[in-house]
Amino acid sequence: MKALVAMSGGVDSSVAAALMLEQGYDVIGVTLKQWEGPNGLMPVSGCCTLSDAEDARRVAAQLDIPYYVLDYVEEFTEAVVKPFAEGYRRGLTPNPCIECNRKVRFTALLDRTEALGCDVLVTGHHARVEERDGVWSLRKAVDGTKDQSYVLHMLDQAGLSKVRLPVGEMTKVRVRECAADLGLRTASKPDSQDICFVTSGDYRDFLRGMIPDMEGGGDVLDLEGSVVGHHGGTAGFTIGQRKGLGVSVGEPRYVVDIGVADQTITIGRYEDLLTDGCSVSEMSFTNEPIADGSHVEVKVRYRSEPVGAVADRDGDLWQFTFDEPQPRPAPGQTLVMYNGDYVLGGGIIVD
Amino acid sequence: VTPPHPKEIYVDHAATTALRPAALETLERSHAAGYGNASGNHGSARRAKNALEEAREYAAQLIGAERPHDIVFTSGGTESDNLAVVGSALASDQKGIVVSSIEHKAVLESATTLARFGYVTRFVPSDGDGVIHAEAVADLVDADTAVVSVMAANNETGTVEPIEAIAERVRSLNATTAIHSDAVQHFVAKPLNVAQLGIDLVSLSGHKFGGPTGVGLLHVSSSTRLEPVLVGGSQEAGRRPGTSNVAGIAAMVAAMEDVERTRGRFVEAAGVERDAFERTLTEGDPSVTVTANDAERLAHFSHVRIPGVLAETLLIRLDAAGVFAAAGSACQSGAVEPSHVLTAMGMPDDVAKECVRFTFGWDTRRGDGAYAARRVLDTIEALR
Repeated sequence: MKALVAMSGGVDSSVAAALMLEQGYDVIGVTLKQWEGPNGLMPVSGCCTLSDAEDARRVAAQLDIPYYVLDYVEEFTEAVVKPFAEGYRRGLTPNPCIECNRKVRFTALLDRTEALGCDVLVTGHHARVEERDGVWSLRKAVDGTKDQSYVLHMLDQAGLSKVRLPVGEMTKVRVRECAADLGLRTASKPDSQDICFVTSGDYRDFLRGMIPDMEGGGDVLDLEGSVVGHHGGTAGFTIGQRKGLGVSVGEPRYVVDIGVADQTITIGRYEDLLTDGCSVSEMSFTNEPIADGSHVEVKVRYRSEPVGAVADRDGDLWQFTFDEPQPRPAPGQTLVMYNGDYVLGGGIIVD
Repeated sequence: VTPPHPKEIYVDHAATTALRPAALETLERSHAAGYGNASGNHGSARRAKNALEEAREYAAQLIGAERPHDIVFTSGGTESDNLAVVGSALASDQKGIVVSSIEHKAVLESATTLARFGYVTRFVPSDGDGVIHAEAVADLVDADTAVVSVMAANNETGTVEPIEAIAERVRSLNATTAIHSDAVQHFVAKPLNVAQLGIDLVSLSGHKFGGPTGVGLLHVSSSTRLEPVLVGGSQEAGRRPGTSNVAGIAAMVAAMEDVERTRGRFVEAAGVERDAFERTLTEGDPSVTVTANDAERLAHFSHVRIPGVLAETLLIRLDAAGVFAAAGSACQSGAVEPSHVLTAMGMPDDVAKECVRFTFGWDTRRGDGAYAARRVLDTIEALR
């Protein structure tokens, strides 16, 4: 059996490669070159940089597996970076990591896995893939603090049957111990936090480069429609945002609405942010679609506790009604449905 | 029964090739003979200086240079190209730079760098076979042209360029223009006589023809003015400062001598393997096309397109089968980039991504060509 391991140069994918070798697989390591500067070079700061690729290469050499850098710049630019910028321009809050998984990693790279004669695609994500009686499921990681099942919700039966996530079975502490035991250079490398193609450290600077007409600005309004301040362009804001509003009224204010057409930002109190539900498009399911009217747990952002909701089908959309009012989720973000530890599926929040 | 480990077939000799025995022997002898800085004034230095000047004389003779002084030793092809293009532009009062669009990046980026400092850079278009025509060069040359650079043979397709005709046309239009040719791939397969070609500046790289890596030379004709691009010493008559790499230089010149002596046999043997490779491949899969098939190509080069098979995928599968080939040029991370050469030849991106280069060398074994082709055919079959 042969495994293609997507190696980012971090500790998780390094250990994932080592574990597949231990399980008796022939292993090929690859790093995806997804982004480059105007000079055609890989970025030198941020995540997925040239030095990360060098780390991956050195780990591969240590494990004595072949290693390659694959050029996915074109696919990534079209499927992830441009929609990311366009989403912000339209007042959305896109999740580029999920789009990358949906449109590059678990599509193009999965096809490549087969073309390279490999049986499975392996990543260093913290989540678990399980099989019982021919049915595949996606489960939260053993290490709840590192769980990444949220960003993998788009995997369906065909995808899950070809994906292996060996580090999802381990705590992060154990992953680092394992890397240290093997003497891997990435054992104590810090976790990456950034969006991989935002190299300046601030995605707003990046957006300004991508969207020439982003500069501009408009009024900050309160819920009564009175002008309470001024902002430098709606593309820098996200629903629920509290900091950087440039308005001081003595108690916390949150962005409750973004008006792209008239370039307004509306702010309100926490209770003004609460909503009964949201609608979701582009729903996918890890197995069969859930029944109309099901009660499920949902996460509407990566780092939040699941809350209960009822899911009703509405044509191409699904309407979710929360058990208790929740802060309004940002359109463009992803809703993922869970049944306990298990991912049922998810989609993109439209409103 | 465990199948035998696949034998390794190296068909990437244009990237680098094996050190020739004559070069290895010279390298070992030079290192064993002791050390010496050729710029000093004692016995040890004199021995090094003698070896260096002997190598210079021999190199000059081997490529038909007018005098030993016309040979400047460098660290390799990239430095030679930079020194030729940038050095001659800086030394000229003229501001025009004319380079072909299929040059190695060492030339192209020398030209684009100059463009950022007030020079006017123009790129000569290529035809569909990668041939740069003398008339296309002439169209861009005027009274302000400081330097023209057209390679002797292309490093991806192996297309041989009409550099003698180009030099003649350029000379007739502007007698003060410095004419450069990157002969890094050319030298191993084609005789080189700089006086006869009428070319001022010619770049060679040691490791491309069986010398060591990290050594090269630039031929600079007596009439060519050159500003150094590295400064800080009088070595190489001030044109290339830095302590002379005497052992490496001597070994490169030993390899040059070996190339001259055995070129006829090499071209014949490499040609046999190349032809067997192309015949086996195109008979096995008639959809495969040979790039620049109608142009004159270096005998050891084969550049092919395999419709429906991504080069990136093919190369990884060939690597697993023990066949080491290449595509386009690798970026610093090792990813295969779309080739600017193929783009300049008018090839669409999606076609260029299906092109692979196989190059044969002086130590290629008989049968390697057909073997490599069969492994390519295996891969095509597995992918379709």
